[in-house]
Amino acid sequence: MSRHPVEMTLNGRRHAGDVEARVSLADFLRDDAGYTGVHLGCEHGVCGACTVIVDGKAVRSCLMLAVQADGAQVTTVEGLAAPDGTLHPVQQVMLDEHALQCGFCTPGVLMTLAALTNDEAGPSETQLLAALSGHICRCTGYQGIRRAARKLADPDRGEKP
Amino acid sequence: MKPAPFDYVSPATIDEACFALAEAGGGAAILAGGQTLLPLLNLRMSQPFIVIDINKIAQLAGIARGDGCTCIGPMTRQCEVITSEALARDLPVLVQAVRHVGHHQTRNRGTVGGSIALGEPAAELPAVAVALDATIEARSTRGTRRIPAGEFYLGPYMTSLEADELLTGISIPDWPRGHITLFREVTRRPGDFALLGMVGALSVEGGKIVRAGLAWFGMGPTPLRAKAAEQMLLGRSLDAFDPEAVAARAVAETAPFDDHHAGAEYRRTVGRRIFARMLREGLGIGAAA
Repeated sequence: MSRHPVEMTLNGRRHAGDVEARVSLADFLRDDAGYTGVHLGCEHGVCGACTVIVDGKAVRSCLMLAVQADGAQVTTVEGLAAPDGTLHPVQQVMLDEHALQCGFCTPGVLMTLAALTNDEAGPSETQLLAALSGHICRCTGYQGIRRAARKLADPDRGEKP
Repeated sequence: MKPAPFDYVSPATIDEACFALAEAGGGAAILAGGQTLLPLLNLRMSQPFIVIDINKIAQLAGIARGDGCTCIGPMTRQCEVITSEALARDLPVLVQAVRHVGHHQTRNRGTVGGSIALGEPAAELPAVAVALDATIEARSTRGTRRIPAGEFYLGPYMTSLEADELLTGISIPDWPRGHITLFREVTRRPGDFALLGMVGALSVEGGKIVRAGLAWFGMGPTPLRAKAAEQMLLGRSLDAFDPEAVAARAVAETAPFDDHHAGAEYRRTVGRRIFARMLREGLGIGAAA
């Protein structure tokens, strides 16, 4: 069993730790860094609740070792809103479209949509809806989440009186 | 944390990785994208004493032109295949297949080599390798081997890679510009393992099929090359064969399982249908019925 130093930029701040090799990035984010917005559902890559952004891409934090994130830029749901509390556009649209109920899957969904909308090109509706297949939600029936995704692809949608 | 304890190394070169593999004497697991290994570790279905992370080996990633082939580094992420202009031009069927591997989030980490080395019988990429006559390069401290994809898969999750060998390259021969790509699969939900599917390519010259490479996935213990069906297609004019007959022959070459996802008979029936439809659509033949 080996231990390894890790240092990453986490929600814009340096965070360093010393981990056993077997610690997942998800456990490190929750237990070591205290970012409990990273939700763990299945811990084998199916449910999507633990999705975070690593170096610009939405990934499963349960399927990455913490030691592998050494030197990476990591964003969790806690890093989405502006310091003054202004919601990230993805958070705002999820709120507007009532895209959550219990909230367990929500951080993962937010991180997938945020990673895609941060891309310069801007995602298509098809891309956003397809990426949602990587998340399981047991409350909403998905329609609110899909509305939010469509609105992100085309902000004019649904804003007409 | 869920996995059993293990040591971890992240070598920077292929030689170092091969040395670590040789030293481990079969007790190591290679960590590429981790999208299968990490679940297996979390479930303790895999308990290696050392994990060799190959993510830092720059030589293992990237897509390059070879002599009459495309060379794909095993650490090429699945998401990179989808956005590669070179692959869209030279190997469109690989791009088409990768879109069906897992989800956006797992493709951001998952690799081409990881999927090919795992040998899941229902996975898309091993079938692409078999259909298109890929050559798989394996390195160890003992030397380098080049293995034809047709001889690589021995059974479910069993490949001809030895315990001390690392998959270091995948090369896929070129197909002529404008060749026909074929891909169809049946899944319960997007991103799930396919119940069954078929992937391949055809090339047509002067109205005749001159080259065919086709393979099933989810229709037996390994990806299966549809050899008899290819023979039926070669040399045929597009208007002179019955897709249903070719599909029936193709299904006769398979050995599907009964499992809790689908019965073998269901797989044969649906396999025949999707194969015939895929041929008609790919070749622009009018629907028979």
